[in-house]
Amino acid sequence: MGLSYEESKKLVFKGMILLGVVTIVEVLIALLGNGHLIEGFFLPKWLMYPVMIALSLYKAYFIVYEFMHMKYEVRALAMSVLLPTLLLVWGVIAFFQEGSSWGARRAQILEKDAKPASEISIPANNTDEKKDTTIIE
Amino acid sequence: MATDTHIVEHDVHDTGDAWSGGKEPFKASYGKLMMWYFLVSDAFTFAGFLIAYGSLRFSMPTWPVPDFVFSTFPGGFHHMPLIFVTVMTFILILSSVTMVRAVQEGHRENKRGVVKWMALTIVGGLMFLGCQAWEWTTLIAGEHTTILTNPFGTHVEAGTYLEGDGHDIKEGDTFNAGAPYLIHQVDGEFKQLQYKTESGEVKQQEFGPKAFGALFFFITGFHGFHVFSGVLFLLIIMINVASGLYVKRKNGYEMVEKIGLYWHFVDLVWVFVFLVFYLL
Repeated sequence: MGLSYEESKKLVFKGMILLGVVTIVEVLIALLGNGHLIEGFFLPKWLMYPVMIALSLYKAYFIVYEFMHMKYEVRALAMSVLLPTLLLVWGVIAFFQEGSSWGARRAQILEKDAKPASEISIPANNTDEKKDTTIIE
Repeated sequence: MATDTHIVEHDVHDTGDAWSGGKEPFKASYGKLMMWYFLVSDAFTFAGFLIAYGSLRFSMPTWPVPDFVFSTFPGGFHHMPLIFVTVMTFILILSSVTMVRAVQEGHRENKRGVVKWMALTIVGGLMFLGCQAWEWTTLIAGEHTTILTNPFGTHVEAGTYLEGDGHDIKEGDTFNAGAPYLIHQVDGEFKQLQYKTESGEVKQQEFGPKAFGALFFFITGFHGFHVFSGVLFLLIIMINVASGLYVKRKNGYEMVEKIGLYWHFVDLVWVFVFLVFYLL
C-alpha cells in the first residue's frame, strides 16, 4: 500500500477530524441558514442546499477513497464500481421532475374542486374528471 | 484445486494455470470484488428509496421542517435542532475510524489489535442503534408520528392562534407562512388548533403530508437494519479472529477487510440519509 504503519495511523486520525469538521460545518450552515443561530438571519435555500450537497458528496468521496481504500485499487475496479452510479443522476432529474408534475396536477385539481359547481362546465361524456378527483382523496 | 475442496477460495491466489484464471481480475481477491459489487447493488436500493422520498417531497406544497421535527434531546430537552442526529453521526464516524484501525492491525497480523478495534466498532454500532431507538420512541410515543399519521404541519399563510395547546403555542400567538407546528394530543385525541387568517377567516391546523412518516421510518429503519446486521457480522468475525481462525488462512485477515468495506458503506449511506432527512 506504500504507506508505513505509522503514516497510515496518522491518516486515519486526520480522516476522523476531517469528517467531523465537515459534519459540523454542514449542521452550522443548516442552523444558521434557518435562523436558529442569529435572530432574524436566514440564508437563501439556493445557496444553502448546493453547499450542503457538495459537502456531503465530499464526505462520500473521502469515505470511499480513503476508508474503503478505493485509492489503492486498480483504476478499472474503481470505474466498474463508480461509473454505474452515474445512472442515478438521471434518476434524480427524471423523478424530481415527475414529483413536481404530480404536485402541479394535484394543485390544479384542488383548485377546480374548490370552485362552485355552476362555474365548471363539464362536457357530457367526460368521465376522466370524476376519476381524477377520487384519486387525490 | 478440485481435490482440495475445503480450501478452494484461498487457493485461487496461487494457481498459475490460465484456465483457472491465472491472474486475478482487477488485482483484487474474489471476496473483496464481490463485496464491492454487492455494495453497488445496495447503493442502488438506497438511492431508489431516497429518490422516492425526493419525488414525493417535490409533489407536496409543504413538507415537515427537519430542524423543527428533530429538535429533542435525551433528558427532556426541546428546541435543540439537529443536535441529537449530529451526535449520532459522530458515533457512526468514530465507529468507521475504529474499523479502519482494525483492518490496519489485520495487515500487521496483530490479533489482539484487531479484536480490540473491532470490539470498539461494535460498541459504536450498538450506541448508534440505541440512539435510533430513542429517536423513534420520541417520535412515535411522544409526538405520535406513525407510518400513517403525521402531526407535523407547516402553515401556508400568516395568522393568529385563537387557542393554545399547553405546550409552545399560546392564545393570541401570531405566525407567518412557512411556520412549522406540531399537533399535540389531548386525552388521546389530536387537537387541531383554531386560528384566524389575516383576512379574518377561521381555520384549523391541518396534518402534514402523510408520506413523511412512512418514508422516515422505512428508510432510517432500513439503514438501521444494515447497522444491526453489520454488528452481528462484526461479532461473528471478531470471535473468529479471537479464536485464531484467520491465522491459518492464506489470505490472512481478509475477512476483516470485507466486513470493513460493508461497515464503511453503512456510514456512507448515513451521509446521504443525514443530508436528505435532516439537513435539506
